[in-house]
Amino acid sequence: MNGFLALPLWSPYLVGVCIGLLVCLALVLSDRPIGCSTGFVKIRGLAEQICCGKQIQEKEYYQKFPPAVDWQLMILPGIIIGAFLSSFISGTFGLFLVPPLWADQFGSSAALRILAAVTGGILLGVGARWAGGCTSGHGISGSLQLSVGSILSAACFFVGGIAMAMILFGVPL
Amino acid sequence: MNFSQLHKNKKAQVVLGLCFGIVFGFLLQKGGATSYDVIMGQLLLTDFTVFKIMASAVAVGLVGFFLLNHAGYARRHVKAGAIGSNVVGGLIFGLGFGLLGYCPGTVAGAVGQGALDALFGGFVGLLIGVGIFARVYPSLHRTLLTYGTIKKETVHELLGLPEWLVVIGGCIGIVAFLYLLEVAGF
Repeated sequence: MNGFLALPLWSPYLVGVCIGLLVCLALVLSDRPIGCSTGFVKIRGLAEQICCGKQIQEKEYYQKFPPAVDWQLMILPGIIIGAFLSSFISGTFGLFLVPPLWADQFGSSAALRILAAVTGGILLGVGARWAGGCTSGHGISGSLQLSVGSILSAACFFVGGIAMAMILFGVPL
Repeated sequence: MNFSQLHKNKKAQVVLGLCFGIVFGFLLQKGGATSYDVIMGQLLLTDFTVFKIMASAVAVGLVGFFLLNHAGYARRHVKAGAIGSNVVGGLIFGLGFGLLGYCPGTVAGAVGQGALDALFGGFVGLLIGVGIFARVYPSLHRTLLTYGTIKKETVHELLGLPEWLVVIGGCIGIVAFLYLLEVAGF
């Protein structure tokens, strides 16, 4: 069993089956679909509350998603811990700033990579909340509940993502 | 067994959220989906790992959720879709997805395996982005976000078919597509 947990990669099908079961378990035990982007709203709301005071709770969006350390926020530190454990056990944990594929195309400038990542992150944050969910919330949890809006969102995530990837890296042949 | 007491227990839910996150992050990392190169490989259509994970999760979840829902253990959480929300937001998300190379869940997983671009770039950008959305939300939510609302919330309502048929059909379709992907060498 230890050997299995220490493998650097599992079959994507095994991982997918486990995630499907995990989403079902979360719906039963927590009455929530697993999603990640709401957690960022919670962290942002808490940060604004610390720097600007309680009046930010009057913002319409924070009334809908009140800033709090709750289930949706805790998903995020959980994922960080889980991914750390997985990579640490398998010996693949390692600090880096520029991913190899990015470096091949755009060079090893850390400033350029961070600039792109911040810009991408901003679009991702706006888009996720605009669409009402992300790859896990819409793409997996929503799709398996046969939500039309979720399946439509997930398709658009990939249409936009594929377009941007091919603008940056060209069309692979 | 009734879990409604557990759903209301805020402290227990904080712990459960952390636990679900840990298992989710562990699985995403083991699947390779927290790696920039793997995600960009998917968006460049050269590496189908991310699709394989998502599609098999949906196939299992379709059946699992259908059974749990009918047995009264799980509620359906579905909102009416809208072109102005799901398509416009989805495309903005997609452009960010391709530029950053992580999504909101995998960016956290990437931080856990040591990706500093995910921490100082993606995480920071996401926190700025959701703040921008919170600011513009009041002017969007009664206008663009509800533009082109789709009245049928679920696929079976939209198609006018029994739910079980859509679940079985969806599962068979996903498995057949995954099989074809493997046969084609992806």
